[in-house]
Parts: sequence; C-alpha cells; structure tokens
Amino acid sequence: MIKKLNARNIDAKECFYGHKACGGCGESLALRLALKVLGEEAYLSLPAGCMAAVSFIYPNMAFKNNAVITPFASTAAVATGIAAGLEALGKEAPLSVGFAGDGGTADIGIQSLSGAIDRGEKFIYICTDNEAYMNTGIQKSGLTPFGAATTTTPAGKAIHGCVTEKKNMFEIAAAHGISYAATASIGYPEDFLNKVQKAKECDGPAYIHIYTPCPTGWGHGSEITVDLAKEVVDTGLWFLAEYENGEFRLNKKPENFKPVADHLKRQARFRHLSEIEITQIEEMRDRKWEKMLKNWG
Amino acid sequence: MSEFAFLNGNEAVAWGVRLSRPHVIAAYPITPQTKAVEKLSSFVQNGEMDCKYLHVESEHSAMACSIGSSSVGARTFTATSSQGLLYMSEGLPYASGARLPIVMMNANRSIATPWNIYGDQMDAMHVLNSGWVQLFVEDAQEALDMVIQSFKLAENHDILTPVMINVDGFVLTHTYEKVEIPGQELVDSFLPAIEKAPHLMNDQDPMSLCISAGNQHYMEFKIKQHRDMFKVFEQLESIDRDFEKSFGRSHGGAAAGYRNEDADVILVTTGSVTGTARVVVDSLREQGIKAGLVKLRLLRPFPSDDLFELIGKAGAVGILDKNISFGFEGTVYTNVNSSLLQKGYRGRTFNFIAGLGGRDITKENIEEMFSALLEQKGETVQYFNMGCAL
Repeated sequence: MIKKLNARNIDAKECFYGHKACGGCGESLALRLALKVLGEEAYLSLPAGCMAAVSFIYPNMAFKNNAVITPFASTAAVATGIAAGLEALGKEAPLSVGFAGDGGTADIGIQSLSGAIDRGEKFIYICTDNEAYMNTGIQKSGLTPFGAATTTTPAGKAIHGCVTEKKNMFEIAAAHGISYAATASIGYPEDFLNKVQKAKECDGPAYIHIYTPCPTGWGHGSEITVDLAKEVVDTGLWFLAEYENGEFRLNKKPENFKPVADHLKRQARFRHLSEIEITQIEEMRDRKWEKMLKNWG
Repeated sequence: MSEFAFLNGNEAVAWGVRLSRPHVIAAYPITPQTKAVEKLSSFVQNGEMDCKYLHVESEHSAMACSIGSSSVGARTFTATSSQGLLYMSEGLPYASGARLPIVMMNANRSIATPWNIYGDQMDAMHVLNSGWVQLFVEDAQEALDMVIQSFKLAENHDILTPVMINVDGFVLTHTYEKVEIPGQELVDSFLPAIEKAPHLMNDQDPMSLCISAGNQHYMEFKIKQHRDMFKVFEQLESIDRDFEKSFGRSHGGAAAGYRNEDADVILVTTGSVTGTARVVVDSLREQGIKAGLVKLRLLRPFPSDDLFELIGKAGAVGILDKNISFGFEGTVYTNVNSSLLQKGYRGRTFNFIAGLGGRDITKENIEEMFSALLEQKGETVQYFNMGCAL
C-alpha cells in the first residue's frame, strides 16, 4: 500500500528554484509540487515554452534534476528517448518525465505524445494547462476555453473571444488505453501529489493534466492563483478524474456548483462575456457533467 | 572472422549499424531507406542485436527520440530520406548544437513537388547548414565501413558532432554488391563502448541540456561549434588509418583523387556517380586525354585545402551536382568554386547539373562533361541528359 501524500509528509527538498517565472505562476507551482514526489532522480523534458524559458538561461539552471529543453513538438518523444537510452545503458527503473503546456500538448505536441503513449514505454507526461500560449504572449491554443479573450481571439465587436471549446486531452490520452491518466488542479494539491505518486508507480505511460492559472495571461491577481484553481473545480468548469485499468472515475462530484459568473468575472479574459454567453458556458458544463456522471459515475 | 555477402546499400548500412552495437535506434520508414530499417528491425526481433528499437510515429520524433537517448550517453542511430529528412530538419541543428554524437543514414532522394522517389542529392543540400558532418559514400562497402567509422568520429570528445552518411537512393540503397562484413570482435576492438561526454545528463552530476543562451553568450557557443567542426578532417584521416590497420581497407579522408595528379581537366563528384566517372576517366586516359577525378567525401566540414591540392594545376574543373539551388546554381559548385577562388585557383570552373529525380547519368553524359572542360566551352552552368528543350 502506497502511503498517501499530504502537506505534512511531502518532501521538504526543493528541486526547482531560482527560476524567473512570474509571481503567482500556476505552472511553476505544479512543477515544484510534482518534483517533490518525483524526486531529483527523475529526468525532465520540457519543450520551448514558459517553464523552459524561465529555468535554463545560461549560466543559471533552475532544475536540480537532469533536464532538457526539447523541440516544441517533441516533449514525449525526447522523454521516451531518454527512458530508452537509460534503460539500454542498464539503469534500473529510470524515471523520465515530460512537462508541457497546453499548446505543447494539445496542439503541436499531440502527435509525438500519441506515438509515445502508443509505444507503451514507461514515462510520465504532465500537461500544465494555462489555456493559451503564454510564453509568446497569450495566443489561443487548442485548450483555450469558450469565451476566453486571448491576443489571437480578442473580445472583438463581432466575435467575443474564443469560439471553440477545450479539446478533451484527458480522454484523448485515455483512449490510447494508457496505463494511467488523471486530471488535477493546483487548487487541490494533495489530490495532485497522490496522482503523481500513482503515475510514478505505474508500469506503463502515464498522463496527468493539471489546471494551472496564469495571472499574466488571464488577468488576475497573483495572490488568487490557487483560489481560482480550487474554484474552477467547485464551479464544475474543471473536474478531477482518473483513468485506470481501463475505467474512468470521478474523484470529486460537487453536489451544487459554485456560481460560474462570479468565478469568470475574477479573470480579465472573461470580463467581456454577456449573460447569454455565461449561460452558454453553464450549459456546456452541464452537458459535460451529464455525460461524465452517466459514463464514469 | 569476416565474411563476404551479397548486400544492397541499405543492408550494408544495417550491418554496419549492427556491428557498431548501438543502444537505441529510432526510425520511421520512408522509401528508399526502408530496407535498412527493416533489416535492423529483424536483427533486433531475432535477438541478433541487443538494442532498443523505437517505432516512432514520424521522422520528427525519430530525431527527437535520438536527441533524448543520445543526451543520456546512449549510442544512437537513425535513418531517413528526402521528405523525412526535411520533416526532421528542426531537430538537426538542435542535435548538433547540443553536441550529440548521433549517426544517421540519409538515403538521398529528390524532394517533392513533383513527387519523385528516386535518387538525387537535393535533400542533403537542404540541411547542409545544420551543423552535421555530411559524408557521401560511393558504394555499399564504403557505406558499411563508414557507419563504423562515423560512430568513432562523432563520439570523439574533440568532435562531438552528429554524422549524416549520405547513400544515394536506389543506385546504392537497392543495388547489390559483394560486401565484406567484418567480424564482430574486430569491430569491437576498433570501436569500443561509447565514452560519455561530460556535458551529457548523468546521475552523479545532473545537467541541464539544450539550454538557452542570450545574445551575450550564444555566439561563443556557435563559433566553438564551428571551430570544432574543422577538427573532423584530422580525426577522419586518423580513424581511416586505424581502420586500414584493422580491416585492410581504406576509404581516405575528406576528399580522394583518381588519376588527378597530372590531369588537365578534373571532374568533382559526390557519391555513387563517382564509379561511372572513374570508368570514363580510364577510357579518356586510354585515348591520351589527361582527365582526372576528385571525389568529395565530405561536404561539411568542407575540405578546401585537400580540394585545392588535389585539383593542382588542372586547367578546368567541372563540378557535378545532383541538386540545384533554384535561382542560382548547384550547391556543391557554389562551395567548390568559392573555396577554389579563396585559394587563388586560376582555371575555369563549370557546373554540370544532372541526375535530378533519378535521371540516369550515363557514361556519354560524363564524356560530354569532359568535352566541355577540354574545350572550355558553353555556359558556366550546364544541364545534362535533358529529355526535351525548355
């Protein structure tokens, strides 16, 4: 039986510090927490993106671990290459972990991620989702939610922000018959830590999709990052779930959702939305939950 | 013990790889490289090679997986061609900039469009500036031997540069020749286990790799890489001398001459067409014409000194290009011509473009090239074996 991780028993050691991420950065918090579970033995692959841009600037390296910046499309390919190399060199139970953002995962990196999961090799992939290309200046990605204003889907007079919904990356990963997949949020850190632990223990590929607010990109105070990441789960706009042994499971089923409008209005990217559009977002949420409760309940 | 076998160029490469004992192979199939990766797969599946074979979903990932495995110190091989080389091209300067000693076979093939699966050297020219050693081989034996030599070259700590072995599509990849397969023990003693470079990722002293360097550092990284590339000439020659001692065969250094010493006119070739050109040189010599040949084995680094020495006092030099840089001239010509100008060569240079999309380059074509050189007639850039007037 694996010991449950919590705030009291996690490793005090830090493997990710001295980086140049913005104050209140959700992604860097996800990496910091994950590394407390993965440990300094893990080999890390990160594509060109915020986390690489803030932590590999010669001569200041922010990871205690072995770490490599990968070509943008190649997080999973490089991570599995590292795993294969280490295994072929005779290292026992090598741990290779990819961290990529939403664009690096759901858009440009989806092919190499699919190929890597398909090969069935042991590696962990953690998608730190902040719902747009933040490193290049807040452009729309395949994981930008409906209604969000980005610099390429601005809140225009004719079109009010992003018109598409988020890709279901968690289900896409699961559809490969992956060994383990989960969603998480930095608002629920214990849930995340234990999912990373499960990913570490499992035999084959593992995928964790974690919700990580971005104060710079979303237009909110750096002090409410974690609060927003909790609230998004409580409003039902994000969910905590797992896919294991071929089965989906919801980890948290809110009895009543917190009001969506209040949550959205705390973020500048949603402030332009009309009541009708907010109602549309609630309807999308309800349809998603209806399906999840029916199929995964 | 070595043995003789009847192998095509792809199989010869696969044997060279097998004997080099790589830890990881990551490859994606593309004509005309497929037989090489099929052969390697069968070696692995039959337990004849102890190696992780990664069935990647694209050439882009073939290179990315190779970057991953090489960055932890694993001996790594991949193979591609044409569109695949272009698709993975983002990863090429990435690997060379990180000083990763990956070895790759490129089965030279034309580039779409129009689609065409046959051999020319357009693909290699596209990535000439990627920081890889670009080596061209003439036959299947050289292909096999150069795989073994290339690992030794790439992994040398003064070099730490990936090597691309260019093998002409179909003419070499699909043509069977008698090839000597060296014994494993001999190869093991010539090419020992890879010695991990100190900048690579390791458990004792964790490293960050493929890092960022701002405008205050980037240029030094790049100039260092550029300078180290020139060390390839000496290392390649030294590796080839050792190779000859072990295996009794030599392929030479960056460039090799054939009946060039007293030649009035010289043709410069790369790859398999060199064989045809040799035959033409011999027959011209029989007629009393002082024709000679220089085979360029390396295009990067570019062997300016060797080339000038081999060309000597020849009155005219023709450069055979199986590629074209649209709106200019053949790329090998650009390189040779620039290099000869710098060295103070006074003769005339011609650029003979032929063999695009697998078009035959016949003995007659090469005779025509020598005629143009002897008479020093016609345009600087000339096209051969055209099917119709344009």
